[in-house]
Amino acid sequence: MADDQITNEAPRKFTLNFGPQHPAAHGVLRLVLELDGEVVERVDPHIGLLHRGTEKLLEHKTYLQGIGYFDRLDYVAPMNQEHAFCMAAERLAGITVPKRGQYVRVLYCEIGRVLNHLLNVTTQAMDVGALTPPLWGFEEREKLMVFYERASGSRMHAHYFRPGGVHQDLPPQLIQDIRDWCDQFPAKLDDIDALLTENRIFKQRNVDIGVVTKEDVLAWGFSGVMVRGSGLAWDLRRSQPYEVYDELDFQIPVGKNGDCYDRYLCRMEEMRESVKIMIQCCDWLMKEENAGEVLATDSKFSPPRRAEMKRSMEALIQHFKLYTEGVHVDEGEVYACVEAPKGEFGVYLVADGTNKPYRLKIRAPGFPHLAAMDFMNRGHMLADVSAILGSLDIVFGEIDR
Amino acid sequence: MSEALKVLGEHVASAQPEAVTGWDIAHGELTIAIYRDRIEEVLTWLRDDPACKFTTLIDICGVDYPQRAERFEVVYHLLSMHQNHRIRVKLSTDEESAVPSVHGVYPVADWFEREAFDMYGIIFSGHPDLRRLLTDYGFEGYPLRKDFPLTGYVEVRWDEEEKRVVYEPVELVQEYRDFDFMSPWEGAKYVIPGDEKAEG
Repeated sequence: MADDQITNEAPRKFTLNFGPQHPAAHGVLRLVLELDGEVVERVDPHIGLLHRGTEKLLEHKTYLQGIGYFDRLDYVAPMNQEHAFCMAAERLAGITVPKRGQYVRVLYCEIGRVLNHLLNVTTQAMDVGALTPPLWGFEEREKLMVFYERASGSRMHAHYFRPGGVHQDLPPQLIQDIRDWCDQFPAKLDDIDALLTENRIFKQRNVDIGVVTKEDVLAWGFSGVMVRGSGLAWDLRRSQPYEVYDELDFQIPVGKNGDCYDRYLCRMEEMRESVKIMIQCCDWLMKEENAGEVLATDSKFSPPRRAEMKRSMEALIQHFKLYTEGVHVDEGEVYACVEAPKGEFGVYLVADGTNKPYRLKIRAPGFPHLAAMDFMNRGHMLADVSAILGSLDIVFGEIDR
Repeated sequence: MSEALKVLGEHVASAQPEAVTGWDIAHGELTIAIYRDRIEEVLTWLRDDPACKFTTLIDICGVDYPQRAERFEVVYHLLSMHQNHRIRVKLSTDEESAVPSVHGVYPVADWFEREAFDMYGIIFSGHPDLRRLLTDYGFEGYPLRKDFPLTGYVEVRWDEEEKRVVYEPVELVQEYRDFDFMSPWEGAKYVIPGDEKAEG
C-alpha cells in the first residue's frame, strides 16, 4: 500500500517557503527552509522586501528633514532611532543638550522600550500559540502611543527629537498622566506574567530552544537582549552612558541560559526597570526648579522663539533659513549609538560641510540577529523556527531600511 | 578617554607597522587606516590581542568618493565589550579590486559584506556566498553609488491585463529637483557648478 512505500523510503528532504505572507514572519520575511523531515538543515532568509533606500534618501535630505525617516525604521519604538541620529549630528556640530531636554529624551526612550517589549513579548507568545497576551499588551501600547501623540502630535511617526534636544516641552498634565500610568502598569505586567511565565506550553516551546553561548554572541555581533539573555551584562545605558542614564537608578537584567525563554524573561524584567526610570524622569520633570529649555538655544539647529520672530528681523531670517536650507554641519565622521530596545542601534554619519549628510549608514540591531538565523536554527524542528524568530525581535523596517 | 585612545592607537600602529598607514582621533573616536590586503590579519590581531579584544564586529559599510582614484572606502566598526572601547578600521578599494572577506574572523561579516556588495558593488574575495541581499530579484546597478540616481531606473506596477507585476522605465511627471542652497558668502569648499566659467 501507499503507507508502506512512505515508511520504506529514505528520509524525505524538501524545501519550504516560510513567508513572506506568514503571520509569524513578523513582516515581510521570506525564509527558504531546507528540511529533512521536520528537522531544519539550512535557513536562507531572503530580505529586502521592505527596502526603501532610506540611506540613499537621507543623502538628499537636510538634517532636519532626515529625522522623519528614523521613525519609519523600527516603527515599534520610533523615538529611540531618532535619538541616535540626533546624537550623531550633535556630536559633529558640538551641541550640548540642556538637562531638561535630556530627561524628556530619556523618558520617551523608555516609553519606546516598553512599547517595543510589549509588542515583542506578546507576539512571541502568539507565535507559540497564545492569543490573550497580545490583546492585553496592545491595550497598554495604545495608552503609550497616546503619550507619543500628546507630545509630538503623532502616534508613531513622531519627529520629536531634534539635534539639541526635543521639539517642545511637555505640558504638566501629560507628565502627571505618564506618572499615573507608571503606577498601574506593573499590575498589567503581572497579569501577562501570570499567563506566560509558568505556562507549561509556553515553557515547552521556549526553554532550551535557540540557545546561544557567550562565544556565539560575540562572533555574531549580537547586541541588546540577545547579549544579556546569554549572561553577558552589557547595556550601553550603563557601560557607555549617554544623556542622564548615569544619574538614574535602574538594574540590567541578565539571563543565564541564552535560550528563547531567558530572553523573554529579560524583556519582562526590562519593562519593569523602564517603568522605574520613567518614574524618576517624571518626578524630576515635575519639580519646579527643573523648569527650563528643552532645546539648546545657542545652536543654529534650534528655531527662534515665535515671540522673537515678531520683533527681530534676524530671527525671522534664521527661521526661514533653518527650514529651507537647513544647517551646515562641519566636515567629519562620527559613529553614535544608543541602546535601542532591540540592541545597539548605531548611526555612522559622514558629513562634508554641506547641509546634507554625505553618507549615512544605519546599523540596525536586528540585521546581525537575522543573519544568525541559519546558525541558530540548524538541527531544530520546523515549529521552533517561529519561536526563535519571535525571540530575535525582528522588525523589517530597520533590517531592510 | 582620548588619552586611552591615543595609547591604543599607538599600540595598534606599533604592533602592525606593515598594515597601518595612519591613524587619528576625532570626536573622541579612533580611526585607523590600513592596506586593503591586510584586513584579515589586522582584524584577527585586533580580536585576539589582550589589550584590544575587539571581539564584536559592529558594522561593515561602504562609502563612495567618485573623485578619488580608489573610489570606495570600506569602513569596519569594532567593539570590545571586555575593554569597553571602539575602533574604526578603514581601507580603500575600487570597482575591480577585491577586498579579502573577513567572515572567517567574524561570521557576522557574511551579511555585512553581502550588503556592501549589493549597495556599492564592492567585491569581497573568499566570501562563500556573495549574492545580493536587499535589492529586488534581478536588480541591476548599485543603488548607493553617488552616480546612481535617487529615483532609480525602473518602476513596478501591477498589470491588470497580464495579471502580473511589470517593470517599466521610471517616468517622472515632474523632474526631480535637487536644490543647491550654497550661498556665495559661506558656501561649500568644493567648486560650485558654473564657477569655472568665470575664469575662462
